[in-house]
This record gives sequence, C-alpha cells and structure tokens, in this order.
Amino acid sequence: MDFEYFAQLFLGGLTRGSIYALIALGYTMVYGIIELINFAHGEIYMIGAFTGLIIASVLTMAGFPTLAVVILAGMAAIIYSCAYGFTMEKIAYKPLRNAPRLSALISAIGMSLFLQNYVLLAQTSDFLPFPSLIPDFEFWEPYAHILTSPELVIIITTVVVMILLTFLIKFTKIGKAMRATSQDKMMAALLGINVDRVISVTFIVGSATAAIGGILIASHIGQINFYMGFIAGIKAFVAAVLGGIGSIPGAVLGALVLGWTESFFTGYISSDYEDVFAFLFLVVILIFRPSGILGRAETKKV
Amino acid sequence: MTAKDEIKKSFLASLWFMFLTFPLMVIKVNTVTDKVEWRWHNMALVGIGAFVLSMLWRYLLKRQADGSKKEKRQGPGTIQTLLQDKRVTLPGIIVLGAFTLLFPHIFSMYQTNIMISALIYVMLGLGLNIVIGLAGLLDLGYVAFFAVGAYSYALLNLHYGLVFWIALPLGGLLAALFGILLGYPVLRLRGDYLAIVTLGFGEIIRLVLENWNEFSFGPSGISNIPKPGLPGMDLSLEGSTIFIFYIIVALVIFTIFVINRLENSRIGRAWIALKDDEIACQAMGINKAKTKLRAFALGATWAGMGGVVFAAKTTFINPASFTIWESVIILCTVVLGGMGSIAGVMSGALLLILLPEYLRDFGQFRMITFGTVLVLMMVFRPGGIIENVRKTYKFEKK
Repeated sequence: MDFEYFAQLFLGGLTRGSIYALIALGYTMVYGIIELINFAHGEIYMIGAFTGLIIASVLTMAGFPTLAVVILAGMAAIIYSCAYGFTMEKIAYKPLRNAPRLSALISAIGMSLFLQNYVLLAQTSDFLPFPSLIPDFEFWEPYAHILTSPELVIIITTVVVMILLTFLIKFTKIGKAMRATSQDKMMAALLGINVDRVISVTFIVGSATAAIGGILIASHIGQINFYMGFIAGIKAFVAAVLGGIGSIPGAVLGALVLGWTESFFTGYISSDYEDVFAFLFLVVILIFRPSGILGRAETKKV
Repeated sequence: MTAKDEIKKSFLASLWFMFLTFPLMVIKVNTVTDKVEWRWHNMALVGIGAFVLSMLWRYLLKRQADGSKKEKRQGPGTIQTLLQDKRVTLPGIIVLGAFTLLFPHIFSMYQTNIMISALIYVMLGLGLNIVIGLAGLLDLGYVAFFAVGAYSYALLNLHYGLVFWIALPLGGLLAALFGILLGYPVLRLRGDYLAIVTLGFGEIIRLVLENWNEFSFGPSGISNIPKPGLPGMDLSLEGSTIFIFYIIVALVIFTIFVINRLENSRIGRAWIALKDDEIACQAMGINKAKTKLRAFALGATWAGMGGVVFAAKTTFINPASFTIWESVIILCTVVLGGMGSIAGVMSGALLLILLPEYLRDFGQFRMITFGTVLVLMMVFRPGGIIENVRKTYKFEKK
C-alpha cells in the first residue's frame, strides 16, 4: 500500500471531518435543547460564506490590507450568521414551541427553502469564485504535499472552536443553563432560567460555528453558490446522528468518522457515488444503532 | 399593548431587517470586473416591507392567542359544513364533473397540458396524504417513488416494448415494492429521523439514476416514450393529449374513491390511531410494523402510477425531474391544503400548481413563495385551508 497516498486520504478526511464537525455542532446543540432538526442550519452556513465573500470583496476593493480583510470579513460573516440564526428561531420556531413536532419540522423545511431562494434572488444563481483567504505558510512548505496550509488552518481552527465550546458549556453560567434546559425545560424554567434566552443563545452559538465552517470551506474549495448549504447540511446531520444526536463530543466523532470513510471510499473505490455512500451510511447506522455511537438509548415512559 | 408600542416594535423590527438584509440585498459584487453595485432601493423596500409585515405578524399572532383562549371553535367550520351538506355537494359534483369532461374541448391544448400536470400533482398529493396525513410519517423522499414509476415505464417500454396499460399497474406495483423496501429499515425510527432517512433514500435513487449510465442512460435521460393509446386508435397530438387528460381524471377519481374507502376502513383507523399514540396503539393489538409498511406501500403506489402517466405525458424523462425539491412541493400541496383531508389536498395541489403557471411573471418567486407558505401555514393555520374533520364523540350530561 502506498503510504503517502494513504496519509493524504487520512488527512483529507480529517479536514473534511473538521468542517462537518463545525456544522454538526449547531445541529446537535439545537437538537439537544428543543429536539428539532433545524433543516435551515445548512443555509446559515451558506449565508455565512456569502456574507464573508461580499464583505471581503468590498474591503479588498477599498484597499484594505489582507489581514484586516480576513479578520473583518470573518467577523461580519459570524455576526450576520448569528443574526440570521436568531431571527429564524424567532419567526419560524418560537411560535411552534408547543405544536406537534411534525409542524416545527415542516416549518424548518420551509425556512430552508426560503433562505436558499432569498439568496438566489438577492444575489445570483451562478457559482461565485471565493478568494483564498488563507495564505500558504512558508514554514509548512516541507509538508505541503500531504496537507496544504489551508487544510492545516481548518483543522487547527476546528480544534480551537471545540475547546472554546466545551469551555462554554462546561464552565460558564449560560452553559450550565443550556445543559439544564436540555434535560428538562419545565424544571429549568421553574428554577429561574430564562428558557427563551437559552434557546436564542443556542441558535446564535450554533450559527457562529456554522459561519466559521462556511468561510473555511468556501476559501478551501474556492467557489460558493446558493445551494452549497443543503448537501453540507445533510452530511453534517448524518455526522450528528452518527455520533449520537444531542451529544457534542459525539458530533465531532461522527463528523470525523464520516470524513474518513468518505475520503477513503472516494480514494480507493469510486468518486461517482460519494453522496450515495454518505446516505447509505446514515441508513445503516440508523438501522443498527439508532442512538448513534455515543448517544444513549432512549427509553420512553408510558 | 397600546398602538404606540406596536408601532415602536414594528419600527425596531424594520430596522433589524434592514440590518439583516444589508449585505445580501444591497451589495452585489461582480467578481469578474471587480465592481460593486450598491442597491440602496432594496434597503428601503425591505424597511417598509418589514414594518408592514411585522404589524401584520403581531396582529395575527395576537388574534390567534385570543382565539385559543376562548373555547375552541364549536364543531366544523363553514367549508366543512358545506362539504357535508348533500344538497350542496351533489349539484357541486355534477357541475364539477361536467366541467372536467368538457375541459379539453373548451380550452386550448396548452391549458389542457397544464391541467394534466396539476392533476398528476393532485394524485401525488393524495398519495403522500396517506403517508403524512393519515399515518403521520413525514416522507421527504416521496419523489423517489414517482421516479420509480416513470423509469419503470420508460425502461420496460424500451427493452420489452411494454405498453402503457400494462406499465401502469406494474409501475404502481414496483413503487409499492420500493415503498416496502424503504419502509422496512426505517420502521423503528421516530418522526424527524424518518424524514432525513427518506430524504436520503430519495437522493440515493436520483444519484443512482444519474450515475448508472448503462441502466438509466444517466443525466441525458430517456426520450421517445410512447403516449398511451388503445388498439385501433390512431391519435393525433391533440387527440392523445385529450386522451391522457381523461386517463388522469379517471385515475384521480379512482384515487379519491380508494382513499375515501381506506380512511374509514380498519387499516385507515389503525393509521390514524398510530399517528396519535404508538404505544397505546400497540397495546390495543395493532401491528405497528405491518400498519406502517402498508402506509408506505399504498402511498408509493399512487406515486408510481403518477410517474407512469408523467412519463407518457412528457415522452421524455431524466433524473433532473426528480429532485428533492419536487418532494418538497408535493409536501407543500399537502400541508397547504390540509393534512388528512381529501378536498383540502386537492385544492392545495390545484392552487399551488396552477397559480404559478398563470402568474408566469412571478415565476422566479415560485420557490420562495413555497417556503414562505410552509412556514406561515405551520404558524397560523396548521390544519391547512380545508381542515380535516375527525369524527368526535361527545359525552353530554343530561
């Protein structure tokens, strides 16, 4: 077996998995708290990438230095994604808090359709070239044939985001409130936690990680269009389910497993059926282990 | 809350939306020529629009809250009472029937063609209604069965020269088989998992059709699919369109008949019970697995037959006709019309398919409207236009 090829596939899978992980976190956090599959989460990721591109282009044309462009565009993308996530929750999900779950899910699908077409109409249906925001580092040159510098940045960013998120959830007050709300909404409210606010914060945090993922992948692939969120969203969802939806380490683990399997599958077998493979994987997992790798089996009281 | 507060809140909402839509609506970057287009007029539009909509939104939510505080509406609404009144329905059905029969002779072929597609959607909507409205299983891959039907006619005709009349039941049967095939592994899944898996299944079918060139001729599709005919019948283009129109009308009537009978049958009541409470249902001795599989299979059958008619009507099919968004449109017709109600689903399908056809200028807003409809219907009128009335029994004290 060619070791270098293997290493390439392994690290490629790691990069892919990191991106999926960033998006999957939003799914899993929202699901953990209000038990809703936020179908429009992939669209938030797409909006993050679009906002990043627009702001970056405007700033570049205005003559800002590259570093400032990267930071400002990144911040704008995160802020706008958070704003969209927040507004989306208020419009499409909050009025349905006590409705049957099917209603909220249909509303989420509607939101996804709306946001996709909103970007299509407001911007364009073509693929837009995305500038490569991450430069090639000189010190990384000797290893660049296995793992490019942008890929390195993606992996490092993901690790940093994970650590920050873990910190947020484990050690801060709002993190504690989040965990309490996900366990029992009613009890949390009785103990003085503002459940609405916790849900809003969850949506904002999830959107922020999605936006980071959006910019990273857009600058890695080099082009974006209004449809990019859909398939990425589905795959991130697969990752979240794989690891056990509702569990944050599970989402990361699931994303990495999915990234690797996809990478090895396309590398050694065939690239035509890449997406088919991801879906088949999901079906198989759900049949044999519906609660995911790290998820707990659900027991229902009558 | 006073009117002043309302206006203040709406004003804030309008400011918020102006901020929110700023980069996407106002700035447009041309990355080739490096020019930025500033579209400030969009911002003004968003501001005014958001203000008005926010007022409306708040008013409607308030009205809804007031409504639910009061006693729930007594008995069925006006439309339902009209629908149940024999004196109204009987002449109504006669007029509707006569209109349908004469439709292709009064209107042009173009109109007839549009009507055929709309009726195909009616059939699909009614089929999906079994799965969603009656059994409560959210199936987002419904279009896969439609594809199975269309491709089974196209391929069987291409390889074995099978005619439409044999392909029609065969397409339905094959789709039902696929329904069971899909249904079996997902039996244990709950609502939202089920949605994703069915969505995945729909995409798998489409991707396989797109990539497996030897089997399905890939993205270029299959053309020259013969239109239906009867032995000894030599049809012109117009004649065959009218013929297909009558076929689909007959099929829709057949569908309505079957679903109506199903709804009040043992199976139908089992579906509705299963939708409400699975555990209680199993305790009452209903076989959950069998009941769900029946829903999947029966729902898929209509999609399969619809697919055969679709292939015969367009004489050309390719995988691009069977994307996930097609499933979402069908879902939209069911949700808009009213889950579980036959009249509702029919009117929903006709409305959603015919309106965009006649409002061609708004063609680009079609999908965005569908999205909005889904959200708004769920928030304000989850029962749909024509709500399904369930049989209720009241215990009244003397």
